[in-house]
Amino acid sequence: MTRTFADLHLRINPKDQQATQQLISKAARFGYRLISIPFTSKLSEKELTQLKTMCSEAGVDFVSRADFHPRSENELIHFLRKFRRRFEVICVTCDSKEVARQAAKDRRVDLLNFPSLDYHKRFFDRAEAELASCSLAALEVDVKPLLILEGPPRVRLLTSLRRELAIAREFRVPIVVSSGVAEERLMRLPRDLASLAFLFGVDEAQALDAVSTNPAAIVRRNREKLSNRFVAPGITVIKEGKPS
Amino acid sequence: MKRGKRRYLALRLDCEGTLAEREFIDAVWTAVTKLYGEVGASLTGLALIDFDEEHNVAVLRVSLAALNILRASLATITSIGGKESTVHVLGVSGTLKALYAHAK
Repeated sequence: MTRTFADLHLRINPKDQQATQQLISKAARFGYRLISIPFTSKLSEKELTQLKTMCSEAGVDFVSRADFHPRSENELIHFLRKFRRRFEVICVTCDSKEVARQAAKDRRVDLLNFPSLDYHKRFFDRAEAELASCSLAALEVDVKPLLILEGPPRVRLLTSLRRELAIAREFRVPIVVSSGVAEERLMRLPRDLASLAFLFGVDEAQALDAVSTNPAAIVRRNREKLSNRFVAPGITVIKEGKPS
Repeated sequence: MKRGKRRYLALRLDCEGTLAEREFIDAVWTAVTKLYGEVGASLTGLALIDFDEEHNVAVLRVSLAALNILRASLATITSIGGKESTVHVLGVSGTLKALYAHAK
């Protein structure tokens, strides 16, 4: 079976067109079929369309994604209400426990991300995993810090990731491994990206799923939900009747 | 004593300019040692089989049990000999013959 590899977190500045073009071409050359660039509120519809065109010319599928860093539960709910139907993937970076819990139980959130360098703010514990497993939210791990950190900070990060990934497996929370990079030189082939997951105790099959099956499933599910034919999970409009 | 199984990896080095064979293998050993320590590195059975300076392509041999260790370590390499570099794994095979056939 051919896998559809995805990198849902390329942190490009879409305003820098040349760099964006280079990164998209490189992603296509590396074999990624789904890529995503986090949306900032300053990005206009025109720029978004340009990004989509660039991606389709390079032969990759562009996934619209929004990243939120809410300061409170209410702010998160407000963001979700405003943006959920505009983006295919919603990621929440959890800076407080209150936000982490709300994000984990809200079915509108697709990805949970935690600050890599502040270990006191990594709230992915058993309670968080239990909530996330019910709401289908996935845990996103960016590999960029593993590439740029060295020594004790990397050791501490690996310790946290190993503990969190063990909890995620126990509660069947899907894992998504993304690059989180902004520079070309830090981009890796999909299988090399997956091999970095070995460092925090993920086996080969799960690591490959984390860069292919899991992100692709999130995108497929959300595209289905955002389509006009969607009514409720499992119910879609197949044919519309004529009014009598 | 029966010899353990081995794997051969074909690698492409992405960097500006050319790299020396010594610089490359030093960078690989440094990456493995940094991540897994000297004991971990000693279990890999790592050896450089081929290095093409012109095309920046290399072939490494590793014990099968340590394949994941090496792959993870190679992915963390960001510079070789002071130059910004990336190592990409093009293919993995059990024999050199199959690896070269796959590369062609």
